[in-house]
Amino acid sequence: MVNLTINGQQHTIEAEPDTPLLFVLRDTIGLTGTKYGCGIGQCGACTVLIDGQATRSCQLPVDSVGTQAVTTIEAIEADPVGARVVAAWVGIEVPQCGYCQSGQVMAATGLLKETPKPTDDDIAAAMTNLCRCGTYNAIAAAVRQAAA
Amino acid sequence: MNDLTPLHRLHPSARPEPVRNFSRRGFLGISAGALLLGIDLSKEAAAQARTEGAAAIAPKPGTRVGAFLELRPDGGVRLLSPFVEGGQGINTGLAQTIGEELDLDPARFAVECAPPGPDYAVVNGLRMTGGSFSTRSSFEAMRRLGATAREMLLRAAATRLAVPQDSLTTDDGTVIHAATGRTLGYGELAEAALALLPRDSVALKDPTHFRWIGKPVARLDMRDKATGRATYAIDIRLDGMLHAAVQHAPHLGTEPQAIANEAEVRTMPGVHSIHRLPGAVAVVADSWWRARKGAEALKVTWTEPAAEGIATVSKTFSSATMLAALKGATESGISAEQEGDPEAAFKGAAQVIEAEYDAPYLAHAQLEPPSAVARFTSDGSLDLWLPNQMPELFQGIAAKTAGVNPEQVRIHSPMLGGFFGRHFYYGPANPFPQAILLAKATGRPVRVLWSREEEFGMDAVRPLSFARFSAALGADGMPVALRTTAVGEGPIGRWFGALFTSPIDSSVVEGLDKKPYAIPNRRLDYVKVAHPVTIAFWRSVGHSMNDYFYESFLDEVAAAGAKDPFALRMALLKDSPRHATLLQRVAELAGGWRRGPFTAEDGTRRARGVSMASPFGSETATIAEVSLKDGEARVHDLWIAIDPGSVVNPAIVKRQVESAAALGLSSTLLEQVVYEDGQRQAKNFDAYPILDRERMPRVHVAIVESGAPMGGIGEPGLPGVPPAVVNAVAALTGQRVRSLPLAKTHLSGV
Repeated sequence: MVNLTINGQQHTIEAEPDTPLLFVLRDTIGLTGTKYGCGIGQCGACTVLIDGQATRSCQLPVDSVGTQAVTTIEAIEADPVGARVVAAWVGIEVPQCGYCQSGQVMAATGLLKETPKPTDDDIAAAMTNLCRCGTYNAIAAAVRQAAA
Repeated sequence: MNDLTPLHRLHPSARPEPVRNFSRRGFLGISAGALLLGIDLSKEAAAQARTEGAAAIAPKPGTRVGAFLELRPDGGVRLLSPFVEGGQGINTGLAQTIGEELDLDPARFAVECAPPGPDYAVVNGLRMTGGSFSTRSSFEAMRRLGATAREMLLRAAATRLAVPQDSLTTDDGTVIHAATGRTLGYGELAEAALALLPRDSVALKDPTHFRWIGKPVARLDMRDKATGRATYAIDIRLDGMLHAAVQHAPHLGTEPQAIANEAEVRTMPGVHSIHRLPGAVAVVADSWWRARKGAEALKVTWTEPAAEGIATVSKTFSSATMLAALKGATESGISAEQEGDPEAAFKGAAQVIEAEYDAPYLAHAQLEPPSAVARFTSDGSLDLWLPNQMPELFQGIAAKTAGVNPEQVRIHSPMLGGFFGRHFYYGPANPFPQAILLAKATGRPVRVLWSREEEFGMDAVRPLSFARFSAALGADGMPVALRTTAVGEGPIGRWFGALFTSPIDSSVVEGLDKKPYAIPNRRLDYVKVAHPVTIAFWRSVGHSMNDYFYESFLDEVAAAGAKDPFALRMALLKDSPRHATLLQRVAELAGGWRRGPFTAEDGTRRARGVSMASPFGSETATIAEVSLKDGEARVHDLWIAIDPGSVVNPAIVKRQVESAAALGLSSTLLEQVVYEDGQRQAKNFDAYPILDRERMPRVHVAIVESGAPMGGIGEPGLPGVPPAVVNAVAALTGQRVRSLPLAKTHLSGV
């Protein structure tokens, strides 16, 4: 049994302790907005916030989460920074296929919570999630807009 | 599993007319389309001839309003789309196109991919999402659909209000009787309107009055995609569903024999059962992670692959041996294009140059790993959720796999998490047959998801490709003759080969043929050498490598003749104002043409390369600006001018061109699927790097609407990028790179 706090709600779930948080979110709890892309922490599609910090969940054992608060894309607009990021994403029309964008929005929110006025270098350092549709320029523009 | 190709559904007597150098445009004649889908045209026609009443109003695809539009009481509309949305913006484009003529704001549309059905075969009698066909093939039909629906609503309103139809107007979902001020919403009229017979000749709007077509209307799918609400195949969950993970054979074509630890794996947490499948073993469990742990733990003995050779994926098969085989095919081949007298021109040449080019196998690497969910119902019918670009094709194959009739298979086509050609039918590269077999075996709904590692192992790949060029130059340095030989095999020949009597595979030669350049004597030959691996369509298909080959060699011709590459192209375009205009436009966009090398404001040494391409009915001209850093090419800017004739949504067009350019650059710089010892070396993004944010250049796009017939958008931005970048590298370093990706070559500054 593992206890988790996800989007402000308590969950008690049954899983092997080494199960990655990603698959607990998607398959046990049914929050499928967080995506599986590579499983090795390369692509960032699985990014969630752990106590407000952008974290790739595909290699994070569920038993290491402890009492930290997990925020997923489903609750992102409840966070004022997240709501600004979503508004910028929609306004600039960032997504193409959209599959990586949950993770991109989470990474951007994590960045702006820590660094409200990021430089271009800050954006480059934080926004390392892969996008096969090549929306990188729109992503950077949306981060700048959300920060403004 | 080998008998599941669509080719078995062909009717041998009904062949499409032979088309020389058929392209995907060419093969989409109605007979080819019908054949491809296994529809017996004559039966269809007979059925229609017998039908009376409402059913008779579907004489051809794209005309039966009720099959497409559900007008809701709240003023919204549900559109059942012939196409699947995968990022290209087709849902929004269709809403604009239909909404324009229907007089309904595109923002009111909710679009989903339609189930299989003859109404949706709007791509010249075929249904597919690919070949950059969606908008250009359906534009007129979808306008007409909207106009027809509007006329039916007006007629229904005239009856309801007992007024002449011509006294009524519409405004964004409302029919208005101006004289009395009475109004009726489309939703209120829908039932009565759909009972009417549609009129054949409803007038379309004058394009000068377009309100939404041609405008950067907001995309419909942004909010769902920015908030995690968009649902992809990987997100489908059913009651009572089991999850399956697979371990595929290490060598394609080998089969599972013994499983040493089967009993042990069966006792792992959550494991339901273990299954032998064609070319794979599967573990079914109560969660995918548990299934995957089981599948990875299985110790499987596989049948032996062939010891050597390229007829199969043998123990010693490698990308290197395959390339050697392509290079070793020196016969003259079959003529795919011939103009003038190349032989005589070469004899009289002042100078002859030759070169060989190659490009590697490529993975699609779409970010959504492939999956499928299969559920049998008690009446024996099958529901199948799967990423796909061609529902009717998959319906037919799924029916064969399940042992049911096609009409017993309900295909659900969720939004695609990237496709780039990944989701056609490619035999062992598709998970859905596994889902069907496992659902049958377990009696439960089963979801199969391939791990990223399994996907890199099984994805159907862009073929490794090779071309040989020779050019004859006159005393003035201008090319007088060009000989090209393309060696290999393409996805059209592999997957749709039996449909065509032409021995020329368009997906091997496209991008080498039909060039706009005034080179009077030309010969293009095709030599078929089959690949043992699963090959695929990959965004821009043959153009993805052939425009790199051709446009790079054209720069070599320019160098040999002491010409500037831009000036040479302009001179060779003297007979084609459309292309000359486009080349001029891209130069303007880039602030004027200059090849360099030159020193940029930041002190880096840079150079530019230029290229042109004619992909999928559109024309492109591309300029790339490049510097070097640590032996690697850094691309700072890409300027792309595209002439697709006309556009529906310029904002979507620009983003699609940028997206295609990013993929083109990724393939130029980084990507290759490498076989060693019969196995693919890269199993994940750590070993198969794709373009990241750091390497993404600025992309500047200019749209030229020449008014030529509408061309494609999804793919055409790609092919010009590799040659423009490689030509810039040559200008900067003097190194002519004839084998991609650039990552294989250490570049040195001058």
